[in-house]
Amino acid sequence: MIEVNALGKKYGDYIAVENVTFSAAKGDIIGFLGPNGAGKTTTIRMLVTYLAPSAGSANIAGFNVVTQADQVRRRIGYLPETPPLYGEMTIREYLTFVARIKGIPAGQIKSRVEMALEKCFITDVAGRLCQHLSRGYRQRAGLAQAIIHDPDVIVLDEPTSGLDPKQIIEIRNLIKSLSQHHTVLLSTHILPEVSMVCNKVVIVNRGRTVFENYLKDIQGRSLEQLFMECVGKEHPLTEQV
Amino acid sequence: MRNVLAICKRELLSFFVSPVAYFVICGFVLLGGYFFFNLLGTFNLLLARYSQMPFKGPLGQLNLNQFVIEGLFHTLLVILVFLIPLLTMRIVAEERHRGTFELLVTSPLTVFEIVLGKFLGVGTVVLIMLVGILFFPLMLWLYGSPGPEMLPVFSGFLGLLLCSLGFASIGMAVSSFTENQIVAGVSSMVVLLLLYVIHAPAESLGGVGGDVLTYLSPVMQVRDMFRGVITLKALIYFFSLIFLGLFLSQRALDAYRWR
Repeated sequence: MIEVNALGKKYGDYIAVENVTFSAAKGDIIGFLGPNGAGKTTTIRMLVTYLAPSAGSANIAGFNVVTQADQVRRRIGYLPETPPLYGEMTIREYLTFVARIKGIPAGQIKSRVEMALEKCFITDVAGRLCQHLSRGYRQRAGLAQAIIHDPDVIVLDEPTSGLDPKQIIEIRNLIKSLSQHHTVLLSTHILPEVSMVCNKVVIVNRGRTVFENYLKDIQGRSLEQLFMECVGKEHPLTEQV
Repeated sequence: MRNVLAICKRELLSFFVSPVAYFVICGFVLLGGYFFFNLLGTFNLLLARYSQMPFKGPLGQLNLNQFVIEGLFHTLLVILVFLIPLLTMRIVAEERHRGTFELLVTSPLTVFEIVLGKFLGVGTVVLIMLVGILFFPLMLWLYGSPGPEMLPVFSGFLGLLLCSLGFASIGMAVSSFTENQIVAGVSSMVVLLLLYVIHAPAESLGGVGGDVLTYLSPVMQVRDMFRGVITLKALIYFFSLIFLGLFLSQRALDAYRWR
C-alpha cells in the first residue's frame, strides 16, 4: 500500500532526507519514529504530495507521488502536525468544505460529514467555531478531516502531541479502529504509543531509515532499547539520560 | 468547476465572517460618498458662477458626467490602489501561515482551481464594494434635471471593475509569494502604486519607451472607459493584467512543491 524507495529531499545544500526506504501492506499501522530533525515530517510531506522528492521514489496505493499525484491525493488522508483548520468556520462547515474538495459526490457529503463527526466523537461540538476549540477537539476535527473521504492510506503527524491522557487514549483507540479498513502511517515521539497502537515500526535518523520491522518479530527487546541502539549512539545527550 | 466554487464559497465565508470585508467596503463607500459630495458641491458652485458671467462660453463646457462622475471614478481608482491590497493580502499568505495550505495542496485539486476559486471570491467582494458606489450616479439620475447620461456611467463602472479585478489579481500574486500578511499587503500597495504612476515618465522619455509605459498604465487604459468609450485595446489590457496575476499566483504556489 505504501512503498518508499530511497527517498531524498534537498533544500539547496541542506539535506533534509537522505535515504528513506520502507513499505507497508494493507491494514498495517506503522509507527514512524525518529528524534527531532530526523526528517520525519519532510518524508511525510513527500508521501502526501505536498513536497516533491529530489531523489528516489514513493508509491501510495500503487500510484507514484510525483507523476500520479492526483490519484495519490484521492487516496490519502493527512493530518499535519498543526491541524489545518479554518478558525472562522464551524466544524460542520469545515468538514463539508473538505468533503467537497476531496471529491465526495454531492449527495453523500452530508452523511459522510456526520459519519466523520461520529467516528471522532465531535458531533456535540459540530456547531462551534474551530478557533474556539480546545487542543483536543482541534486534533479530532483534524482527524475527522483526514478520514472523511474514506482514504486507503491515512498519514498522521504526531496526532497525540499536546493532548491530555484521556484524549490520548481516545485518539489511540480511534487510530486502532482505523486499521480495519485503512493503512495508517503514524509519526510520533512516544514509544509506548507505538507498542500499543502499531504493528510495524520504522525508525529514521539523520534522514536515513535505520530500522524497519514488524513488532511481533522484535520481541525480546524493548522498543526503548531498540530506539537507543539505532539512534542513541549519535546523540550524546540521550546517552547521558 | 465544482472545486473552484467550493474554494470561492469558503473564501467568501472567510471575508464575511471576519470584519475585514465590512470595513473595507464601508470605508470605500464612505470615502466615495465624501468625494462625490465635494465634486457635486464644486460643480454647483461653478455652475452658479458661470451663469452670472456675461459670456456663456465656459458654462457650455461644464459637463456633469465629465466633472462629477469621471472625477469620482478617477478618485476611486486611487483609493482602490490602497484598499485592494487590504483584501488580497491575506488571501494566500494566511493559508500558508496557519497550515491550511497543506490541506488544499494535498487534496485532489489543481493549483489553478485553488487560484481561480480564490480570485472569484475576492472578485465578488470587489463587485459588491463597487456596486455600493453606483448609488451616487443613480441619485443624480433620479433627482437631477437634467441628470447625467447613464451609458458612460456604466462603461466607467465596467472600467473601474476590470481595473479593480486586475489589481486584485496582482495583489493575490504578491500574497502567494509570502507567508507574512503585512509583507504581502505593503508589497502589493507598492506594486500597484508603481503600476498606477507607471506612465509618469512617458512624456519626458518619449519614443517607443514612452508609448510602452503609456500602454502599461491602467489609468491611461481606463480613461476612455470613464468617458463612455469601451475599446478592445483596454479590454485586452485588463484581461491580460488579470491573467498575469493568476498565472504568477499559480507559478508561486506550484513552485513551493519543487523548491
